Amino acid sequence: MSRPQPLVVGAGPAGVRAAETLVKAGLRPLVVDEAPACGGQIYRRPLVKDERDARALYGSEAGKAQRLHGAFAALAGRIEHWPRALVWNLRDGRADIAVAGESRAVAYDGLILATGASDRVLPVPGWTLPGVFTLGGAQVALKAQGCAIGQRVVFAGSGPLLYLVAWQYMKAGVKVVAVLDAAPLAAKRHLLRGLALAPDIVLRGMRFAAELRLNGVMLRHGICDLAFEGEGRVAGVRWREGRRERHLFCDGAGYGLSLRSETQLADLAGCAFAFNQRDRAFLPQRDPSGRTSVRGVYIAGDGAGIAGADAAELAGERAALALLEDRGLPHAPERAADLERKLARIGRFRDVLEAAFPFPAQWAARVKDETVVCRCEEVSAGALRNAVRDFSLDEINRLKAVSRIGMGRCQGRFCGAAAAELLAVETGRGVEAVGRLRSQPPVKPVPLTLMPREAAE
Amino acid sequence: MSTRLHVDVAVIGGGLVGSSAALALSQMGMSVALLDRRYCGAQASGVNYGGVRRQGRPPEQLPLSQRAHAVWPRLKALIGIDGEFLRSGHLKLAMSEADMASLEAYAAKVADCGLDLELLGHNELHRRFPWLGDAVGGSFCAGDGHANPRLVATGFAAAARRAGVHVLENTPVTGVARNGAGFALEAGEGLKLTAGTVINSAGAWADRFAAEFGEPVPLRRIYPSMVVTEPLEPVLTVNIGMEGGGIYARQVERGNCIVGGERAEALTDADFSRPRSDGALAIMSRAAALFPGLAKAQAIRFWSGTEAEMPDRNPVIGPSLTTPGLIHAFGFSGAGFQIAPGVGEVLAELVRDGRTTTPIEAFSIARFVAGTATDRTTLGSGAGKEQEPQRRGA
Repeated sequence: MSRPQPLVVGAGPAGVRAAETLVKAGLRPLVVDEAPACGGQIYRRPLVKDERDARALYGSEAGKAQRLHGAFAALAGRIEHWPRALVWNLRDGRADIAVAGESRAVAYDGLILATGASDRVLPVPGWTLPGVFTLGGAQVALKAQGCAIGQRVVFAGSGPLLYLVAWQYMKAGVKVVAVLDAAPLAAKRHLLRGLALAPDIVLRGMRFAAELRLNGVMLRHGICDLAFEGEGRVAGVRWREGRRERHLFCDGAGYGLSLRSETQLADLAGCAFAFNQRDRAFLPQRDPSGRTSVRGVYIAGDGAGIAGADAAELAGERAALALLEDRGLPHAPERAADLERKLARIGRFRDVLEAAFPFPAQWAARVKDETVVCRCEEVSAGALRNAVRDFSLDEINRLKAVSRIGMGRCQGRFCGAAAAELLAVETGRGVEAVGRLRSQPPVKPVPLTLMPREAAE
Repeated sequence: MSTRLHVDVAVIGGGLVGSSAALALSQMGMSVALLDRRYCGAQASGVNYGGVRRQGRPPEQLPLSQRAHAVWPRLKALIGIDGEFLRSGHLKLAMSEADMASLEAYAAKVADCGLDLELLGHNELHRRFPWLGDAVGGSFCAGDGHANPRLVATGFAAAARRAGVHVLENTPVTGVARNGAGFALEAGEGLKLTAGTVINSAGAWADRFAAEFGEPVPLRRIYPSMVVTEPLEPVLTVNIGMEGGGIYARQVERGNCIVGGERAEALTDADFSRPRSDGALAIMSRAAALFPGLAKAQAIRFWSGTEAEMPDRNPVIGPSLTTPGLIHAFGFSGAGFQIAPGVGEVLAELVRDGRTTTPIEAFSIARFVAGTATDRTTLGSGAGKEQEPQRRGA
C-alpha cells in the first residue's frame, strides 16, 4: 500500500506515453518536467497563446502533437504533474527536485528517464555571436515564443532538423537565405535505402528541400570552414566549398550538427554507459525494453540515443510496460514485442539518416585556436590544446580539471562533445578513447537559496 | 607486455606530495619513477578545497607549513604555472564569544611561529570586510591564501615529467617487496621495477602499502563536499574559514565562489564519491546567510573526492620503522594542500641525507604502532579543532 509511486522525468513524447501506460495499469506516477506544459522540445507549447493553430505550429506533425497533448490532458487527476520543476539530483531511489524555490526530496519506486536531447555543436568562428542560435533554439523561438531569430536567416550544419527548421521558418514568412549542409550531396543517396523503411519521412524531407529550393533558398552541400561574422551580432556567414570561398549577409543564423542525448540523470542514477558509434557518444546502456543496468531504472526516448519523436512515444510505452512487468503487474507482452519491432525498424532507419547526415568529425581538427569551445567558462580551442600538451593529458575528465571545459553553467552539455572530439584529434585517437565527462549534481544551476523540504511522496 | 625499469626512487602515488617529491628528487640528480593507479593529482590533491592556509594548524605542523609557505609564491619558477595561487589572506570567523576566545587562545599559542595573526573585533571585522554577514569577530592571517587544486599537483607531475621523471599513470602498483638492498615492484600490465628507495605517498590507498610492510594504520576515507557558484562580481576578497566548523569559502579570480563544508559520501565504487543533497543544500543556505552578496547566486556545480584521515588528524610522514629505504607520507586528513610542497622537499632530503632540517617527529608512524605510542599531549596536536575542512561535530 505504501509502496512509492514511479517517477517519470520529462513530459515529452516518451514521458507522456510512459505516464499514460502506467496510469492504465492503475499506478499514479509523478511526472516532473522543466517546461510549463507537456510536449517536450518537439511538441513544445507556446508560452502565451497566440493565433497560430496546431497546423501552423507543428506542420505535418500537428496530428501527433495534438494527440500527445490530448493524451496528457486526459491524465489530469490520475498523475502528479510538477511542471517548471528540475530533477537536479538522483540517488538510491530518491530524487531531489527544485520546484517553486524549494527542493523536494521524493522517494520513487521505478524511474523512467525521458530526458530527451539537446543540440550538438562543434565550435566555429562566431558561433557565440548574438543572433546565432542552435537549430533547436531557433525552432523553440518560433514554436514557443512566436518569434523569428532574424529577418534574413541562414541555417547551417547537419541533420534532418536543418531542413525542417529552415522549412518551418520559410512557412512562417521569414526570409531564409540559405541552407548550408555539411554533408556532401552524395551522402543523400543513402536516403533511397530509407524509402523502404520510412517512406513518409524520406518523402517529407525531399518535399522540404524541394519547396525551399522553389522559394529561392540557396541549398549548398559539402560545406566546410563555416564561420559566422559580425561586430556585436551576426551580420554574415562565410564558408568554403572545395576551393571556393562563399559569403552571404544575414541577421540571424541557426546552426547545429544533429542532437545529443541528455544523459546526466542516467549517470547520477548509476546506469552503465557504453560508447555508441552512431551517436559518437557514451550513452546509458539499455536493452530493447528500456531497462538499464540499474534495477528499476528505465530510459525512453532520445536520452539514451537519438531516434526521434516517433520512437520516443513507442519507447515510453515500452519502458512503462517493463516497469509494470518488474512490479508484477499486467504488462501486455504482445504489445511490448510489437513496440520493440517498431523501435528496431526505426533504429535501422536511424542508420540511414546518420549516413545521409554524417557528423563532420573532420571539422574538429580545423577549429581555430582562438575559437571559444566552452562558452560558459570561456575556454578556447587553443587553451584546450595547450592543456593537452602541457599536462600530457589523454582523458576528458583530466582535461576538464585542468582547463575548466565543462565546468560551467551547462556542465559540458554543449561543449563536452566538442572537447572530446578535439582531445581525440590532439591525441591521435578515436573519440571513444578519451572517455566521458562524469556527471555531478546539480544537473542544471539551482539557486543558492533553494530551501530543502521533505515531500510526502 | 613486460617492461623493466630501474630507478633510484619509486614514488607510489602521484598526488601533490608524491609529485613534488619526485620533482625535487629529480632535481637532486636521482632517477625517479612516479606511479599512480589512475591520474596524477586527481584524488585528494585535486579535489580538496584549495585553501593555502597556515592559520589554524596545530603547532607541530607549523615548521613544515612555514617551509611550504616559501614554496607557494615560487610555483611559476618551479613548475611553470602559478596554480592560480592568490595570497588573499585567510580570515577565520568566530560566530560566538566562545569561538572568539578560542581564536585568541590559538593566536597566543602560535605567537612565535611567524603567522602574524591579527585579531579583529566585531566592528573592525565589519569595517574591513563589509560584505560579511553576522559574525562576532575573527582572526586574519594576511600571508595565507588559496589556489586551484586541480592545477597544482597536475602541474608538479607535468614538471616532473619534463625533468625526466618516469611518470606512469594508470599504473597501479600490484606488488612491492624488499629485494636485496632495495625494492622490487610490480605495476600496471607487466611493469617490473627495481628501486633503492620507495616513497609511500598513496593517499587514501597508502594503508595497504604500509600494512604490507607490517605497519597497519587506522586510516579512514573522508569525502569533502564543495559547492561552486556561477562567476560573480568580486564578493569574497579573502579565504574564509570558521572556528569550530561550519563552512569555508573563497572566490577565484574568474569570479566563481567555492563553498565547502559537510561531507560527501562514497559511491558503490568507493574510489568515487558525490556530495549528499542535504549536505550541499545546507552549505548553500549557510553561504547565502553569511555572505549577503551571494543570496541571488546560482550553484552550478558540486564536487567531491577521496581523502585520507588519521584519527589524530596529523599526517604520517617519515621513515618506516620496519623497512629500511621505505618512507611514508600520507594521511593528511583534509589539510594537506598547503603543506604538501614542503613535504615533497622534506622527503627528498630524507632520501638524499637520511634526515631533514624540518622537524617531523610528531608525524612518525610510531604513534600507531602498539607499544610505541608517543605522548600526544606533549605533541600538542590540537586534534579535533582548527582543522581543514572545518566542520561541526566531526
